[in-house]
Amino acid sequence: MKVDWSTFWVRLVEATGQTLTMVFFTLIFSSVLGLIIGLLLFVTRRGNILENRFVFFVLNLAINIIRPIPFIIFLVTISPFTRLVIGTTIGTWAAIFPMTIVASFVVARVVENNLVSIDPGIIEAAKAMGAGPFQIIFGVLIPEALGPLILGLTFMTVGLIDFSAMAGTVGGGGLGDLSMTYGYQRFDGSVMLVTIVILVLLVQIAQFIGNAASRKFLRR
Amino acid sequence: MIQFQGVSKIFRSKNKEVRAVENVTLNVNKGEIYGVIGFSGAGKSTLLRLVNLLEKPTEGKVVVGDRDLTALSARELRQLRRRIGMIFQTFNLFNSRTVYGNVAYPLRLARTPRARIRERVTELLRFVGLEDKADQYPEQLSGGQKQRVGIARALATSPDILICDEATSALDPETTGEILKLLKKVNEEYGITILLITHEMHVIRSICDRVAVMENGAVIEEGPVFDIFAHPKKQTTRSFISSVQNDKLSPKLLALLKQHHSGRLYRVVFKGGTTGEPVLSRAAKKYDIDFSIIYGSINELQGQLFGSLIVEFAGEDSEIARVVEELERTVEIWEVIDHES
Repeated sequence: MKVDWSTFWVRLVEATGQTLTMVFFTLIFSSVLGLIIGLLLFVTRRGNILENRFVFFVLNLAINIIRPIPFIIFLVTISPFTRLVIGTTIGTWAAIFPMTIVASFVVARVVENNLVSIDPGIIEAAKAMGAGPFQIIFGVLIPEALGPLILGLTFMTVGLIDFSAMAGTVGGGGLGDLSMTYGYQRFDGSVMLVTIVILVLLVQIAQFIGNAASRKFLRR
Repeated sequence: MIQFQGVSKIFRSKNKEVRAVENVTLNVNKGEIYGVIGFSGAGKSTLLRLVNLLEKPTEGKVVVGDRDLTALSARELRQLRRRIGMIFQTFNLFNSRTVYGNVAYPLRLARTPRARIRERVTELLRFVGLEDKADQYPEQLSGGQKQRVGIARALATSPDILICDEATSALDPETTGEILKLLKKVNEEYGITILLITHEMHVIRSICDRVAVMENGAVIEEGPVFDIFAHPKKQTTRSFISSVQNDKLSPKLLALLKQHHSGRLYRVVFKGGTTGEPVLSRAAKKYDIDFSIIYGSINELQGQLFGSLIVEFAGEDSEIARVVEELERTVEIWEVIDHES
């Protein structure tokens, strides 16, 4: 049974809204969390401003455990925990929770990688001026890494659109869910095509915004 | 101003121990420019970092002003670091900040009021000759301009001491000269004590008052630059000096000189006062000989002239012997036998 587009477009708008909600809030939460974890990971490294072997080991291990798990498996595995925190395992917010956890660790690695590539001499210069660890983090590390960091976040945003499609299949809604249930399971090519076009457009827009923003901050 | 008292720095890793600085005792006086020279790996870079405790001494004491650095709390140390400006070989400017932002940063750390920051940054950029570059980013500047920003930034908090980590090693000779001139100006106009490290003897020769030569972590020779140039004791020191004196004879060069000059060759070394006097021509007039200067150089060193020349004497052997005898009273002179002479 083909969908009736004269009424189905409402579902499409709704699904696009759900996808955007999932991606947007995950991006916000995971940027904050990931930035904190990534910074901690970097400053606790050996020889760095707040060297701490234990913290580094634990964070590093956590990232290496979470990241290789396929997202759809992770989603199901932590569903009891999701229920505990969000109150349900179905719906957009129930999808945002696991997405945020995984994305945070991705952001943490992106942040760490970009911080590592900062010339240690610049950090040494700040230290020599009498900057403390927090002044170095907020006054030197973050501004110096901001350009490539925005590119990294953009890259992850594209990944989030992909995640959101998977999260949809376990009740999160969104464009992924729509194309699975109407397009794939009911053999309606038109739904499939339209959702793909919208997803591609979203990715393009995200990449465009990310490139423009990073260009503003990229100073090399 | 800066005292190293029996300072050692040992880097220990799992299976080896590197003694980067070995029992160094040095005294840098207020208002002087002190140079530490050594080949790479001699420990001079570590020594410099002991002054603002970027490296902690393993043994001994580092005293800056009248304060023992190792006894300071983290907070006191940060305060003290504002009294010590530092510049680097690779400049280490903040790429995300403009020239203005770079120079303003240490003042922001010191919580200086905004209006005062503006005043101070403008003044410093004028001092280093970059007032028109305030809004540019480091990537838009040349190496020499970057180091000028580095110097302005290091001076922002009006320090008493400036430490320079190979500040000119990444620059071309002309720019090096300009930066050295600027450092001299910093020393003279602001009375800032400068401690610099370098592997280039011409840096020492152009601006330093005193010098220490480092090898394998230890200071092997130390003293006023003129004295070290005039009477080097160690082989390493001699090779640093000859790198700028341009007075070494290679076998090839000596053969060439002998081919064109049939007279007897002497090396004449001037140190200080005698250089201004026409000792050679006076001697030549008094005795019946001709002389010509065929190789060598004379340099200025801390207001005194310093030189080493190869001179050809033509005339009777007995007359030459008398000339040499006479000259020996005012300069050092010996006959050139082989290329080592």
